[in-house]
This record gives sequence, C-alpha cells and structure tokens, in this order.
Amino acid sequence: MTAWTDISGIKQRIAASSAEEVTASYLETIEKSRINGFTTVWDKALEVARGIDKDGNSGLLAGVPIAIKENISTTGLSTTCSSKILQGYVPPYDAHVIEKLKAAGAVILGKTNMDEFAMGTSTESSCYGPTLNPWDTGRVPGGSSGGSAAVVAAGEVPLSLGSDTGGSVRCPAAFCGVVGLKPTYGAVSRYGLISYANSLEQIGPMATTVTDIAILMDVIGGYDHRDSTSINRKNTYSDALKDDVKSLKIGVPEEYLGEGIDEAVEKAVWDAIGKYEDMGASWKKVSMPHTKYALASYYIIAMSEASSNLARFDGTRYGLRVEGDNWHIMASKTRAQGFGEEVKRRILLGTYALSAGYHDKYYLKALKVRTLVKQDFDRALSDVDVLMAPTMPTPAFKIGEKIDDPLSLYLTDVNTVPINLAGVPSISVPCGFADGMPVGLQIIGKPFDENTILRAAYSFEQNTDHHTKRPAEVA
Amino acid sequence: MVYDNPDGVRIGLEVHVQLNKLNTKLFCGCSTEYHDDEPNTHVCPVCLGLPGSLPVINEKAVEFAMKIGLALNCEIVGQTQFHRKNYYYPDLPKGFQTTQYDYPIASRGKVVIEGEDGERVIGVTRAHMEEDPGKLQHIGSIEKSKGTFINYNRSGMTLIEIVSDPDMRSPKEARRYLDKLRSILDYLDVFNGDLEGAMRVDANVSVFGGDRVEVKNISSFKGAERALLYEIMRQKNHIRRGGKIVLETRHFDEARGVTISMRTKEEEHDYRYFPEPDLVPMRVADKVPDILKTLPELPDAKRERFNIQYGIADMHARALTIQIKVANFYEEVAAEVDPKDAAVWVADILKGELNYRDTDVDAFKVSDIIEIISLVKQEKITEQSGVQIIRTILDEGGKPQDIVVSQGLLKVEDDIVAKAVEEAITESPEAVTDYLAGKEKSLNFIVGKVMQKTKGRADAREAREKVLARINK
Ligand SMILES: [Zn+2]
Repeated sequence: MTAWTDISGIKQRIAASSAEEVTASYLETIEKSRINGFTTVWDKALEVARGIDKDGNSGLLAGVPIAIKENISTTGLSTTCSSKILQGYVPPYDAHVIEKLKAAGAVILGKTNMDEFAMGTSTESSCYGPTLNPWDTGRVPGGSSGGSAAVVAAGEVPLSLGSDTGGSVRCPAAFCGVVGLKPTYGAVSRYGLISYANSLEQIGPMATTVTDIAILMDVIGGYDHRDSTSINRKNTYSDALKDDVKSLKIGVPEEYLGEGIDEAVEKAVWDAIGKYEDMGASWKKVSMPHTKYALASYYIIAMSEASSNLARFDGTRYGLRVEGDNWHIMASKTRAQGFGEEVKRRILLGTYALSAGYHDKYYLKALKVRTLVKQDFDRALSDVDVLMAPTMPTPAFKIGEKIDDPLSLYLTDVNTVPINLAGVPSISVPCGFADGMPVGLQIIGKPFDENTILRAAYSFEQNTDHHTKRPAEVA
Repeated sequence: MVYDNPDGVRIGLEVHVQLNKLNTKLFCGCSTEYHDDEPNTHVCPVCLGLPGSLPVINEKAVEFAMKIGLALNCEIVGQTQFHRKNYYYPDLPKGFQTTQYDYPIASRGKVVIEGEDGERVIGVTRAHMEEDPGKLQHIGSIEKSKGTFINYNRSGMTLIEIVSDPDMRSPKEARRYLDKLRSILDYLDVFNGDLEGAMRVDANVSVFGGDRVEVKNISSFKGAERALLYEIMRQKNHIRRGGKIVLETRHFDEARGVTISMRTKEEEHDYRYFPEPDLVPMRVADKVPDILKTLPELPDAKRERFNIQYGIADMHARALTIQIKVANFYEEVAAEVDPKDAAVWVADILKGELNYRDTDVDAFKVSDIIEIISLVKQEKITEQSGVQIIRTILDEGGKPQDIVVSQGLLKVEDDIVAKAVEEAITESPEAVTDYLAGKEKSLNFIVGKVMQKTKGRADAREAREKVLARINK
C-alpha cells in the first residue's frame, strides 16, 4: 500500500529501498485503479527511477513520482487535452515545468484525465470517459484537473500538476480533499501548456500536504524567457512553512458566502475561520461588489481566447484528420468530429463575442469588468493579508447530474473565476466534510505573495486533522 | 507644367517587406537563412504553432521596424501592441496571424518621389509588424493540383507592411514610390531585396472618385505598373459602358496581364482582432533618440549633398544615390579623380553597362574605374577605348593596363597621326577639292582614311582637326 505518503516519507522509503521499488509500487496501485484518473502510464517511468538509483540525484524531487495533466507537453508522451482531435499527437518538446521536474529528479508516472481542453468542472467531458471521485465513485472529482486531483487522493501518486484557468486546480482539490495551488499569473511558465485561455491560466501543483505544494513550487516556479508573461522574481516557497498566523488579518468577502452556498460547506468554512481566530488571527468581512459580474466576464474572455487558441487544430499537421475533397472541407470535418460538445459550444460563443458588431458589447465590456474585479481585490487586500472563502459552493456532485445543463455547471465556478480574472494566487486546502464529501477552504493572497497564503495554509494544517482523512478504499 | 490627372486616378499601395537580414524570426530563434534549404528545416514548436508553444518578440526586429518608420518620417508608437488576426488557411499554422492592429509601430509618415509634375509627397498611413505565413507549393497548377505541400520555413519571418495614403495619380508614380521605398530600405540595410518574396505589393486603385478596388498577388514592381495600367483601363471602360465600380478584391494574373475578381465587400472576412495575450507590451518610445542616431544618410539627403559637394548635375546625383552601394562606389572614385568625370563614368557609362548585363556595381572594382578615367584624362587612351575596357572587364575579366596592351588601345603619337594625315590628303585630291568647294561631307572621307591608317588608335576628333588645319593652310 502506497497511500498518502508525502515527499519526505517517500524519500525515507527510497533510502530504505530504492526509487525503482517505490515507483514500481505506485505503478502497481495504478494498475488496480478503479477511478480512471490516468490516461497514459509512462512506459519509461521505471527506467527513469532506475537511472536515479544508479546515478544518484540530489534534486528536491529525486525519485519522487508525479502525474502530469494531459494538457502539459511531454516529449514522447502523448498530450491530448483529453480530446479526440489530438489523438496520436506526441509533443517533440517538454514544457518548461517538465524540464524543471526532470532536472529535480522527479519520476513522471503518466498523464492524467481532464475535461476536454480544460473546459469543465467535472472531468466528464473527456474523450477517455469520466474520472471518478475516490471518496464516492458515483460522484465527479471536479475539474478540469479532475484526474490530477483524484489520483493524488486515491494514493496512486503523491504529487501532480494541474492547470487552473478558472478554478481547474482548486475545484478538484476541494472535491477530492487534497491541496491545490493556483499561482499568481506569471509565477510559473506556461511554455508547453496547451492554451485554453492564455490570459487567465497557470500551471499549479497538487499534493496531500501544503509542504509538498511549497516544495513543488520551488521546483516549477520562476522565470522562463520563452514565456513573455512569466515574471523574473526569485522566491523560495518553502521558506513560508511556518506555524504562525498570530498577526494574520483575514478578510471574508461577503459575496462569496450566503446565497447558493451549501449550508454544510458554509459551516465548514466558518469553523475554519473560527479555528484561525483560535490560533491568533483576526478576521473581518470585506466587500467585493463586482463579484456578481465576474462569472460573465470570465466566460466571455475565456471563450474568446479559446476560439482563437483552438483554431490551429485543423487536421493539417498533427492529431486527427478526417479527409475531405479540399482543405476547407477536411478542416471542417476534422473539427466537427474531433471536438466535443462543450468545446464546440465555447468556440462558437467565443467567435460570436469577438465578431464585428458584438466585439465592443461583449469582449471589450468583459475586459472592463475584469479591471473592476481586479480593483476589488486590490482594495480588499490593501486592508487584510488574505481572503478566505469556500473554494466550491457545494461538495462534489453526482456524475451526470449537471452535464446536460452547462449553465448550472458554469455557476459552480462562481468563487474561483474572480481569482483568475485578478491574476492573484489562491490555495485550496481541506477543511472538513459536507454530505460525507470533502470541503475546500480557499485562501487568496496578494499578487506574488504566495508565501503568506502558504504560511496560513500550513498553520491550519499543523493545527487541524482534516488533511489526514482519506477515502475508505485508500486508508 | 501641372499634371491634371484626367481620370481622377488615386492609387494607394500596401507593401510587405520581409526583414530577411535579421538573424532570427519574429517570435522564435529559427534562422532566417532558409532560402536555399530543404523545406521545413528551419522550424521549431513556435513557428510551427505546435500546441503549448509561445511567442517571444525579437527585439532586433522591433528596432529594424522603428528604423524603417523613422526613415519614412513616421511617428513611433509608445509601446508595442500585437493583435491576433483570425482566419483559417493551411499556410497559417496557428489559425491566426500575429500582427499589429490599432497601434502600429509607426504611422503618419511621408516619402518624396519624382511625380508626374515634379517632386510629390506621398503620405505613409502606417507601417506595422507581422509574421509571415508558410508557403504553399501546389503539385501542378492551382486548379488541377493533385495535392499541396506546405513549407513552413518562411513561417514566422518578420514582415513590415507599409501602407501608403492614396496619393499616387498614375502607375508611373506608383512605380516611382516603390523604387524610392526600396532605395530607402536598401540604405537601412534591413533586407535583401533580391531574395524571393522580399517585397510583395497589393494596390488600391480608384478612378473619378469612385469606390476603390484592391489588386492582390503582384510579385514585382514591373508587375505593379502593369496591373495598375490594366485595372485603371478596366475601371474606365466599365464606367464608360454605364457600369459602377464596387468595393472588391481582385487577383492579378501575371501571365495574362489582367485582374480577376476574387471577392466583393460582402464576402470579406471578419478577422475578429483581439490583443495577443501571450505577448506583453514593450516600451519603445524611449529608444527613438538612439535609433535616430543610427540612421544612415538617406537617399534624398545624400543626393543633395552630392549636388553641393561634388558640383554634379542633379540627374547624376539622383542616379548615383538610388542604391547605397553605387553611392559609396562613386564617392570612392570621386576622391581620386575629378568628381564630374567620375559622375559621368559611373552614372552614365558604368551603370549602363551593368544594367545591360543585369548585374550590379559589386561586379566592378573602384580601382579599375579610377585607372580607366585617369588614362582617358591623361589622353593615353580615347573615351571609346575606356568604354571598351569596361566591357572587356565585365565580359572576360582582366586589368585595365593589360587590356590596353593586349588590345593595342594606347593612343598613337602625334607624328604618326601627322604622317597619316599627310598621306590621306595626298591620296585623296578629289575629296580635298570637293571639300574646298563646300562639300563638308568629303572631309569625313579623308578623316576615315586617317583612322584606317592608324588602325583606329587616333582620336577621331583630333584627326579631324589636323586634317582641317592641313587643308586650310
Ligand atoms: Zn521557429
């Protein structure tokens, strides 16, 4: 049994046996998996582990297994965004974060399932079928990085990478009871991450403890000249791991609670805030008046960018090709058969929002709202150190419950998308249960102040036992 | 004389210039020297548009673009802003072209050309940066093609699109504008105009204040002139027959010399422009003073200086300053010989011989032309021999001195000429009588005889003077 071992535990096990044995035991667990979290298991994982045993590696993650979301480019390992249109595409290059992981000695076990092109909150729109929540296999694991969260929660791997465009790391972290961080926009290079909405998304780490999140950030964070939006700013994330919130000022945005929030979820979050008070922090309510417009603004911007980003999938160079009498027919047929319903919906809506005559009414207006949402965060965070709120308004819902009602699915992102619009960092940590399912507490910080939210999350973890709870099958 | 533009012609040009003298492409590190290489060998994830790749702006490309903007007397934007132009085409690997939209790098400039009636100022609306798409290679003709290859070597090359105001009134003025533009770009050393696809032209043309028609697919300056002549004639004929000109895009068929309708305004694309989220704006306004300092003396300024400094005719100064290497060549020659002689020899004679052979001034040595001019000046050879030496060097190679010797071009001494004159007059008593009786042409007969006797090495004018002097004695 390999369940829920953190990085330091794994390093002890490697010292006692070998990286190869540790990798092999995880691969065995994956083989028995019932949750459909992995899309591909890397056939070179054992070889890499053996190499680490043989050559030695002093990297932060030497011999530590990790899983990678299906939309992060990996040389020689298929990267399909869980879409039919990218079947057969094997990148000839590594994403920046993959180069960093390899250099640090991490052992990539494989790729994880996701909503097609990261467009979803449930990992149900994958061409590989849905991933199941390890806490209750009748429920979704959240999305879009559902595979990455579920495999960590199921003990199939200790660490994973996801990507977060509007909550895609934090939502599944909350639903699966693990920790997930959406870094500040520009803190982690996007080079090699297949774009859904470039101006909103970041690659983010997922793990069972805050400590592991910080270590993973120390590996993947930092400047990359190949991503013009990455920021040149040095930071040691693990420096933040201190059990101390005595002077911490917490803001609780009133717009993130109340209407539409499940009662048990709200209670778990208030209990957490109470715990912080016990630990010496202070809190007050803050107002973020433009929150109610954030969801609409987010979807217009994300869909607009997506409509352009996904134009390159035309069957000409890689992936699926459905033949036609001429190039235009070939490209149309390929796209018609290659993209799923939700992806088509977002491409169409995004195309519409950018069209002449509608551009100002939708896209430009959405950008203006984005500025206002950003100002909400600037104002609120000038007064407090962090903001706290439920990550998701409800616990994980049933598979199939919302898939035919896209609007109700979009509404579940209400507490996560404003963070992406503002570009600020946010972490989701387990803070209790509702309806037998994990609840996530979202801790939001100032731009590039990951260390404060990591310290807050770490302190919470040190003083509570939520993070030690695990799904029945894993325990 | 004022040109009254009888047909109300207005021409505006959009010129795409490929900055092929940059070392790398606009958004990636791929080499720009692909012209002689196998297809798809100068590519990477970025210029192939592979999923997950991101663009990074080539700062040198921005500098080149600013140089061009400043040389065209433009205002430079405060910070760069790129947009996505969305459309589907197989040569476009990302399904959009990264270009500049409402904030072009340069705008509101001007270029001075020799117009129909003297100097004319042509407005430059804007100059913006964008990436070149790949290139399609059809198997057979485009209509009957069995298939198409795509070569992405060109994909991501830096283009500057220079858009003029509709200030040109004739195909001739359009041609002059293109020549002037090329001349300025040549001075800036930002591109090699001889490489395939280095300059591509689209033209907008209207007559009698009607709607404009865009003519695409013009591949040469000569083609531009032809396409415009045809299109103006077509529009005039259409109107004369009672038709109306509508906004449309037409394709120039180079082989047939005609324009063919491609699409009307209603069918035009909606490119759904929006700001490129993967590129951050780059502040460039502060760099303007430094770049201004690096600008070379441009053609108009050089021409003016040549007029004053060398005292040469404006016609010569103009001819000598079109290409920077000709101007530099001339200045080296003018430093050694009389600048006026140098202007005649370089601008009139040498350039003519070079044009005839479709080659440029690189094919000739400065020292050789100096030597030839000096030999003529010292009257060691005739002007005609000087031209002959130039031709010989261009066609067969060799050094002026050696050619003088091998072809026996040294002018012969006076006593030999005098002897030949004496003999020619003695041998032609009838011609002498005729000349003295007023038949001027008879003199040519005697001079011809002198040239025969000296095997052409005598100077014809000199020989004529000597014959006259002898007869009139
Ligand atoms: Zn490239």
